[in-house]
Amino acid sequence: MVKLKEALESCQEEYFLPGNSCCAGCGLELALRWAIKALGSNTALVTPASCLNVVVGLWPKTAPNFPFTNMAFAAGAAAATGMSAAFKAKAYRFPGKGWDEMTTITFAGDGGTADIGIQGLSGAAERNSDQIYVCYDNEAYMNTGIQRSSSTPHGAWTSTTTKGKDRFKKNLPAIMAAHDIPYVATCSISDPLDLYNKFKKAKSIEGCRYIHILAPCPPGWGLESSESIEIAKLAVKTGSWILYEVEKGIMSLSKASKPLLDPSKRLPLIEYLSRQKRFANISEKDLIELQDYLDHTWKRLEADLSCQEEYPK
Amino acid sequence: MVETQKDFVQKKESIIIKGNVAAAYAAKSARVQVISAYPITPQTTVVEKLSEFVDNGEMPGTEYIKMESEHSVFAAVVGASKAGTRTFTATSGQGIFYAHEMIHWAAGARLPIVVAIASRGPAPPWNIWADFTDVISQRDTGWMSCFCAEHQEIYDEILMSYKVCEDHDILLPKFVSYGGFILSHTSKPVIIEDQDLVDSFLPQLPSEDGWPHIWMDPKRPMMFGNLIMPANFYYEFRLKIHDAFIRAKEKIKNVAKEFEKVFGRNYGNGLIQEYHIDDADVGVIIYGDLALQMEQAVDDLRAEGYNVGMVKLRHFRPFPTEDIIEAAKKVKILGVIDRATAFGSLTGGPVSCEIKSALHETQGTATVLPVINGLGGREVTLEQQKSQLKTLVKFHETGELPKDVVHGTLWDGLLEVD
Amino acid sequence: MVESKKWEKINKSVKERPKVQEYKNWRELPPIPISLPIDGNIGTTGDWRTFRPIIKEGCNKCGICWMYCPEGVIKRKEDGKFEIDLRYCKGCGICAKECPTNNIKMVRESDMKDG
Repeated sequence: MVKLKEALESCQEEYFLPGNSCCAGCGLELALRWAIKALGSNTALVTPASCLNVVVGLWPKTAPNFPFTNMAFAAGAAAATGMSAAFKAKAYRFPGKGWDEMTTITFAGDGGTADIGIQGLSGAAERNSDQIYVCYDNEAYMNTGIQRSSSTPHGAWTSTTTKGKDRFKKNLPAIMAAHDIPYVATCSISDPLDLYNKFKKAKSIEGCRYIHILAPCPPGWGLESSESIEIAKLAVKTGSWILYEVEKGIMSLSKASKPLLDPSKRLPLIEYLSRQKRFANISEKDLIELQDYLDHTWKRLEADLSCQEEYPK
Repeated sequence: MVETQKDFVQKKESIIIKGNVAAAYAAKSARVQVISAYPITPQTTVVEKLSEFVDNGEMPGTEYIKMESEHSVFAAVVGASKAGTRTFTATSGQGIFYAHEMIHWAAGARLPIVVAIASRGPAPPWNIWADFTDVISQRDTGWMSCFCAEHQEIYDEILMSYKVCEDHDILLPKFVSYGGFILSHTSKPVIIEDQDLVDSFLPQLPSEDGWPHIWMDPKRPMMFGNLIMPANFYYEFRLKIHDAFIRAKEKIKNVAKEFEKVFGRNYGNGLIQEYHIDDADVGVIIYGDLALQMEQAVDDLRAEGYNVGMVKLRHFRPFPTEDIIEAAKKVKILGVIDRATAFGSLTGGPVSCEIKSALHETQGTATVLPVINGLGGREVTLEQQKSQLKTLVKFHETGELPKDVVHGTLWDGLLEVD
Repeated sequence: MVESKKWEKINKSVKERPKVQEYKNWRELPPIPISLPIDGNIGTTGDWRTFRPIIKEGCNKCGICWMYCPEGVIKRKEDGKFEIDLRYCKGCGICAKECPTNNIKMVRESDMKDG
């Protein structure tokens, strides 16, 4: 578990070179920066269509200083499965050259994971394909101009839900945990070292690992570019974004989220929502629905955690 | 992945196997490193047999991944090929259509993937029998494609394809297709070649550095697939793909010649195979398993005194323009027999359209009569093919068009129920 | 119709390959577009800034700005102090907002002598 002082010594190398097309204050960029610091340069990254495909720049120059490939929208997890199998085949043919230490990672947006990519992801998880699947969640199709995805929260403005989204957010980490994969985790850019540690842990596990990162988007959420971290912190502090890990079926809340089991410790949701222009026109009714939904989620979580005590060992 | 029980080395043997199984043996002989699998009739036996080979330890080091859809199957072989391995898969009909996006991707990435296609008719309505519309519908994607007329040809063509595709000047993916059920599920003796001989014929498996143009190597970080603006070289990259196809024609011919030298089997010049066309008045161009049967029809009619001949079209992409022009000069009437559709086109048949456009502006060439038959696995008997030839002869002698001509194309064998 | 083999240089080690690829026409192009990593691939994104971050003397070298900078342009020097690479800093202002001791100021570029 690395702390900031230690990280300052050991994590100086930047793998995602600066001067790229990410927006100022981009949540995705910070997430990727720390993810690759944890995984190191012997990582092969597959990215289906998303902001990440485009922010890496125009041919013939690019930003990532590690093997990186663009991929079609629905094909992220499947291409990574094939790539990871190829590294195994290479390790067989060229033993001792480090091919068995390659980490294959899919870095997809919420649209490319929850909507068009879910078939491939579910297949990869069922197969326990040896890859880390990372979903950076900016809660809409941001690359194409803020359209709603199934990961957009209830009440949010998007260009295709101009009256606020009717349905609630798809719970992807829970779906992935139900696939019985060895490791599922949620992260937020408000805590990069927690993200780093979770990626380091994921790297040491074999099989299909799923990590879901909250990556606020200043233009998409209606924030100032300087507010990305603050908003991510509020998401965690209000209990709207829960940081946890599910290892071999056992869930444990992370440091920042554990105390929030006590509802008095959670900030009121309005403090998170009122800072974002996409919730500017949210109705009283929606607000109450969201707060109730959140409180209900935490009560369920408390019940699930205590049930875990009863699980067969 | 299973540890080998013993070091199994294939020696030359002739075994009676289905066409699908011949495709699986070819992938094994080619020592493919990554196979991705998904079932679809009539190709399923290919991946089933390969699963058997891998589980028995007969393909040590090969990764066999069971995907959850054809789109993912192609995505997986694209990912695996990018990382620098020899890959193989098989699919049919609806699977090809589902994977269409990834088929474009593989061609744009110039990955030397070989895919066996047990061709079947497009749905709706459901049809699982021989019809080459599925593979032909991918003609503009940038994949090479060819048709096999017999079981041995499936095995041989897959081996030849790896040699052509992986050539550093070509680097294009390829479909090796054959009629669903007609070849995929019937059995014939097929010679499985000696592994050492195949190893000497095929290029070595990719080195640690991967392919020359694409790699995933932390020591040489690079990215593939960036955006390219209209003002930048996107247009020129597309020209390069077409240019590679034109170059591939020569390569296919050379590889076919070399194959004959090493293994003793001849497939014409690789692109086409002529049969009695030199002294014929009336000829047909035909592809797939019906071409084999057509040889018998030509023999029978010649015995009756007709001057007929045929050209078996082996490759559809790259299109053998020069060979077609040469062959067409030899006859007066050329029937082009399609087992696929190109709706709304000049003739309704894809190959006949392309042949007509190839022969355009050629002086003194044959008159083309487009023919379509056998769609959706409709049986085309030897008698029917003989009667097709006779119809063409009649057309040559009297100018009389047969009665089943619809919009300028002979749709042979249409049902008439009393 | 001879294609040039000039592109094959990009397949070499990082030291031997060109930093940036340059091609004259389609014959010189590699079979597929491969991009090589480089700082400032889209240009000097420092030009995007309206406000420039300035680290003040009171900085206690805690490193939180370094941790939160999305672009990774805050570098730690030998003496433990931090320096911002103004060629690429996009002026998002996260460092100033998150600094726990309020020792980073966002100053308007047009107010700077070299802004």
